[in-house]
Amino acid sequence: MTAATHPPLFAHRHLLGIRDLSPADIEFLLDRADEAVAISRRHEKKTSTLRGRTQINLFYEASTRTQSSFELAGKRLGADVMNMSVGSSSVKKGETLIDTAMTLNAMRPDILIIRHQSAGAAALLAQKVGCSVVNAGDGAHEHPTQALLDALTIRRARGPIARLVVAICGDVLHSRVARSNILLLNALGATVRVVAPSTLLPSGIERMGVEVHRSMADGLKGADVVMMLRLQRERMAGAFVPSVREYFRYFGLDAEKLKAAKEDALVMHPGPMNRGVEIASEIADGPQSVIQEQVEMGVAVRMAVMEVLLDPRRNAVGAAP
Amino acid sequence: MRTTVFTGARIVDPSRGVDEIGAVIVDNGRIAAAGADALNQGAPAGAEMIDCFGKTIVPGLVDGRVFVGEPGAEHRETLASASLAAAAGGVTSFVMMPDTDPAIDDIALVEFVLRTARDTACVNVHPAAAITKNLDGREMTEFGLLREAGAVAFTDGRHTIASSLVMRRALTYARDFDAVIAHETQDADLGASGVMNEGLYASWLGLSGIPREAELIPLERDLALARLTRGAYHAAKISTAMSAAAIARAKADGARVTAGVSINHLSLNENDIGEYRTFFRLSPPLRAEDDRAAMVEALRDGTIDIVVSSHDPQDVDTKRLPFADAAAGAIGLETLLPVALRLYHNGDVPLLRLIEVLSTAPARLFGLPGGTLAPGAPADLALVDLDEPWIVSESGLRSRSKNTCFEGARLQGKVLQTMVAGRTVFSA
Repeated sequence: MTAATHPPLFAHRHLLGIRDLSPADIEFLLDRADEAVAISRRHEKKTSTLRGRTQINLFYEASTRTQSSFELAGKRLGADVMNMSVGSSSVKKGETLIDTAMTLNAMRPDILIIRHQSAGAAALLAQKVGCSVVNAGDGAHEHPTQALLDALTIRRARGPIARLVVAICGDVLHSRVARSNILLLNALGATVRVVAPSTLLPSGIERMGVEVHRSMADGLKGADVVMMLRLQRERMAGAFVPSVREYFRYFGLDAEKLKAAKEDALVMHPGPMNRGVEIASEIADGPQSVIQEQVEMGVAVRMAVMEVLLDPRRNAVGAAP
Repeated sequence: MRTTVFTGARIVDPSRGVDEIGAVIVDNGRIAAAGADALNQGAPAGAEMIDCFGKTIVPGLVDGRVFVGEPGAEHRETLASASLAAAAGGVTSFVMMPDTDPAIDDIALVEFVLRTARDTACVNVHPAAAITKNLDGREMTEFGLLREAGAVAFTDGRHTIASSLVMRRALTYARDFDAVIAHETQDADLGASGVMNEGLYASWLGLSGIPREAELIPLERDLALARLTRGAYHAAKISTAMSAAAIARAKADGARVTAGVSINHLSLNENDIGEYRTFFRLSPPLRAEDDRAAMVEALRDGTIDIVVSSHDPQDVDTKRLPFADAAAGAIGLETLLPVALRLYHNGDVPLLRLIEVLSTAPARLFGLPGGTLAPGAPADLALVDLDEPWIVSESGLRSRSKNTCFEGARLQGKVLQTMVAGRTVFSA
């Protein structure tokens, strides 16, 4: 194999956001993730793809779901996985993100997974360390693996994403999941709608490549996919919306509101759910819900991402240093 | 002190509306003559003659808004290091903000700054004192005593006074001491969590926005109070077209109002933030290109009176962080003039007006000597090559902090020599 005949299929060293990816990059990752689903469904789940490689999960925000998903993905690929959670680290003693990163970098990991409350934290880290960096969520900026796992879930249930109508509902303002999904779904040719009270929409939303709706009845009309977003507790009590009951009345997904969507529309939620706030239990646990599939696809997508970023052939053909 | 004669210079002196080829005679620390006819009586005997080969002499710049880390944060900037940066930028006087630790809210601090500057700084340093004790927006400081001690203006620096009552009293009381109240306005709640201009770009970056109204609302309040009290009010750092319009209205009403803009808001916009570059986190935030263009227009039409560097040294400990966690501010003393010259080179602002807003107008506004090449004035001047191209490199900057917005920028125009009271404090 030579550089001339096999250019790198995925010319990125880090995964910091969906914005950096081409439609071909996205489809490539989804194809690889499809293969990873099969591995996870085998009796023998461990492979040796990343044997001898070191993965560090650096989580500044608590996240049982995403962190365990990355951990399991690494382990299934045969990597050595270390978890750094904020509670037990020197972060509490005032060490800056960069200093922590440099310390970890000196231990020569192959890949760093970072979750941080500040937008841009993953990009900052990527500038300072010598290994690959995966953004597992940075403030209200991006959460690329979530968007990829959502796309994989949709694609496996509905086929090609192009021309599907996807309604993203809820706290778009604070949501990195919404931003990554808007970018990815647009890249693959879907029609993207957002549905939210105006106080939970970011400035300039109408120029973000979406249709903006203020009622669930309009926003969900004929939708193929309904994506609910989590509403943080502290944002419900008067700050952005007056109360939980008012929010649920107008924007909580229940059977009545879901009727506006296609009969077989998929219902998704990135978790963790606030049952009775943004989604009714009967819907979350109902036949249209693919929330459990999303969790399964999460592991597969993260396996694919890490495998592709650490593919030794990339280095062999002189990918970006 | 020796007599120095600069010959063959383009002399730009807005205080007298002069832009002509001629000579400048500096004698005993003062300007003896400056202009086309300066050598009519012949050069004084024994004078040092400097041929300027057509380079430009301007009155030394007077920077109305400079943050220094002394006392309290000397690792960021001392009076000495700030003065070296100033001298290299052709700035011969600057007004120092009271945001130090402790804050300049007491005559002892004013005296400390003046004494330290006298002993260590090579340019003129004029402290501005706090409007309120400890900059906390509640109790007024001793305007009279502070003024006598040498404070040239009153400002709460980076802080906005939330209370309309405190602001009204400050404007009223300052009037009795003929003191200017300089104020930077940002609403305490609206945009309080914001870190950049509100809009599409901030939304994609996932950063919390600061709407233009956060600047405008307290500014409109202040302007109303300036009309009410007849106090002298200076809007220290405006950044939006709406603010400029408000200032223009207040001026038309006859209020004693002036306005300043930072060089950053004349030359940069929000897109310069790129991928979370914290050196471009400023307060007020960099706005849209429309607003930048409006600032240039307001400068040209006289709505804006002065241009400041808003030099604000920040170290890696406050800048090498995620964008939202980083401190606001950028250094600028050394690049103030060359960056401003972009406006001259691209035809936006005539040279005479540009030097006026950088030197003559701020000197007049804060009641400082300087800002002029009129005979008898202190010989504070800069010899400038308006055309020399150069590239900014942080390692070449004299400020103790390196948080410049112009790293790698291609600038045209360089200071060759700076003189303060007839003494050369910088020479390229």
